[in-house]
Amino acid sequence: MKSKILEHYPPNDRSNLIALLQDVQEIYGYLPENDLRAIAEYLNISMSSIYGVATFYNQFRLTPLGKNIIRVCRGTACHVKSSANILTALETELGIKSGETTRDKNFTLETVACIGACSIAPVININEDYYGRATIKEIPKILAKYRKSESSKIESEKLVEKQ
Amino acid sequence: MVGLTINNVKVKAEEGMTILETAKSVGIHIPTLCHMKNLLPTGACRICVVEVQGMRGLTPACAYPVVEGMRIETNSPRVRMARKTIVELLVENHPQDCLICVRNKNCELQNMAQIYGLREHRYEGEKKEHAVDISSASMERDPAKCILCGRCVRTCGEIQKINAIDFSHRGFSSNVTTPFNKGLNISDCILCGQCILVCPTAALREKSSSKEVMNAVNSKKKFAIAQIAPAVRATLGEEYNLPLGANITGQIITGLRRLGFKKVFDTNFAADLTIMEEATELISRVSKGENLPMFTSCCPGWIKYVEQNRPHLLNHVSTCKSPHEMEGAVLKTFYAKKMGIDPTDIFVVSIMPCTVKKFESARAELAEDKLQDVDAVLTTRELSRLFNMAGIDFNDLPEDDFDNPLGESTGAAAIFGTSGGVMEAALRTAYYQLSGTELNSLEFSDVRGSGGLKEAHVEINGLRLNVAVVNGIGNVSSVLDEAEKKESKYHFIEVMACPGGCINGGGQPIHQKTEKIKKRINALYEIDSRMGKRRSHENESVKKLYREFLGEPNSHISHKILHTEFFDRKKILSGK
Repeated sequence: MKSKILEHYPPNDRSNLIALLQDVQEIYGYLPENDLRAIAEYLNISMSSIYGVATFYNQFRLTPLGKNIIRVCRGTACHVKSSANILTALETELGIKSGETTRDKNFTLETVACIGACSIAPVININEDYYGRATIKEIPKILAKYRKSESSKIESEKLVEKQ
Repeated sequence: MVGLTINNVKVKAEEGMTILETAKSVGIHIPTLCHMKNLLPTGACRICVVEVQGMRGLTPACAYPVVEGMRIETNSPRVRMARKTIVELLVENHPQDCLICVRNKNCELQNMAQIYGLREHRYEGEKKEHAVDISSASMERDPAKCILCGRCVRTCGEIQKINAIDFSHRGFSSNVTTPFNKGLNISDCILCGQCILVCPTAALREKSSSKEVMNAVNSKKKFAIAQIAPAVRATLGEEYNLPLGANITGQIITGLRRLGFKKVFDTNFAADLTIMEEATELISRVSKGENLPMFTSCCPGWIKYVEQNRPHLLNHVSTCKSPHEMEGAVLKTFYAKKMGIDPTDIFVVSIMPCTVKKFESARAELAEDKLQDVDAVLTTRELSRLFNMAGIDFNDLPEDDFDNPLGESTGAAAIFGTSGGVMEAALRTAYYQLSGTELNSLEFSDVRGSGGLKEAHVEINGLRLNVAVVNGIGNVSSVLDEAEKKESKYHFIEVMACPGGCINGGGQPIHQKTEKIKKRINALYEIDSRMGKRRSHENESVKKLYREFLGEPNSHISHKILHTEFFDRKKILSGK
């Protein structure tokens, strides 16, 4: 725990819980369990209530994010255009459920309520890229792009090490 | 006072009373699920909604105060429809496996489904799926059966102040769980089981030991022995609709023999033994001024609490094993030798009002040569189920007496089952041991009753002994803070994790009526007052045990088999 985060807030005052959680997530990208313990002790709140708050709000994550973040739009227009099938296909392809991260930490799969690109529904968003009128068929191809860059990166890193 | 009408009945109510309380005062029942007496209402379940004239929506009766001139309908078609729909929605998101459920016929959801006449499935849909948490030795958590009333969360947080569980996630995924949904065994839970007593369904329940117990009883090789706790005899009758607080010790003994136990002993014997050891330990500590205040050690929930939260205070806790563990230890040493039975063949079953005792009996240090002092623990509820299965008709059961020598007890032991009882019993004997004379009045009314923290003092030969009784683990922190700062004025402190003591333990019959607890407590004091011998040091069998085997209280051999040690569990929980 970066102790400086706690210093910004008075001890034993539970009203700062959400702000503290946001600060921790800002640093690590998720909420590590040990930091939550430190917060619990500092604010004098039980771990079970902190876990309750952290799971209630969608903004908080309890596991680290993957390198590539896949967001499947589950808004009304995308739903009508069978985005549920897109999600299932991604889940099968990656072997994880929505909200989870692959074991190699390469992909995190999430759903969003509406991306705001209803005219090209159904939409998949990966990092900065958007894939409109997505079909189940092209999913392996899309994912390959991100897998490729990952493996080639690792290879180049290895090369650097060897040199 | 305010005047109003409920269902056209004119009612006078005190200001600040809720609609629910007011209706109850004139015999109008309003159903509740999330409501808890003496706690602020949450209004979460909405089953208590009523129609108030002039108000747009339906109003939750548990959370709304009465106002002058209110006109309330608790039984209108609109109210009935709303309630029925709520029950239907709860039922549809529930496994509906009543036939094989441990709470069958004692389930508030099942009861509501009957009351509101559910006869078809109108909202079939997705059901929540959760794994059953069987990680703890004492309890099971089955979130699929949870209706999210929150009574367990509030009991754990607001009454016991443990906060092991809370609501997590939201909407359809809402769930009552431990932090990170880990097992109860590695949570802050002390396994007191108070949550089981308030759970309307079987989402929280004890871990059953019936199978292993019956296997041992039916085994030709095993010598199965039962012992019953002080508090069980005053509550088991509730499972058979006997009058509240009925003392049915004699029938329980007969029932246990019919179940197949070779011997039936009384944990009260070991309660007297505990007092001999604990009073001696107290006197020794007071005379040396060492590790004061001394805390009692009979309650395994309290032990787990102090190990998890204040491990640096463990040297203040009496080293005495809890009574049923002492009984088990004496059975497998002294008794086994005397009877010529191989201690490995003895199977000791404790019938306890408690869920933590299951965890306690499995503790590695409560064993001699890797032989556990107690082999299995059954709760009061489990025993009644075994009696039912064995066709033992409790209402026509003749009485019987305990086997000896571990069956004799005094009145002091009987009151172990209620808050303040251990303290009172210890004072009766400590007084005698210190002064050589008997107390004039045996009853310490200051340590009786339902207060959260009770205090008393006794003058013994010019020494003023200050004592305190913590009634419910939620009231313990102030005395611990004082002990930590070395500012405690007390010499001896009794702590019972369950409010009221073992009589209201997590293994007792389930009902939602707090007034029952008082009658149970009175039953124990009644047993005490009727006893010829009311001081532990008058127990002839205990005296004999010291003459023949132990020597004297706190002797070398006592320390070996009747005392134990405790561990810092804070490290385990924090993963450090």
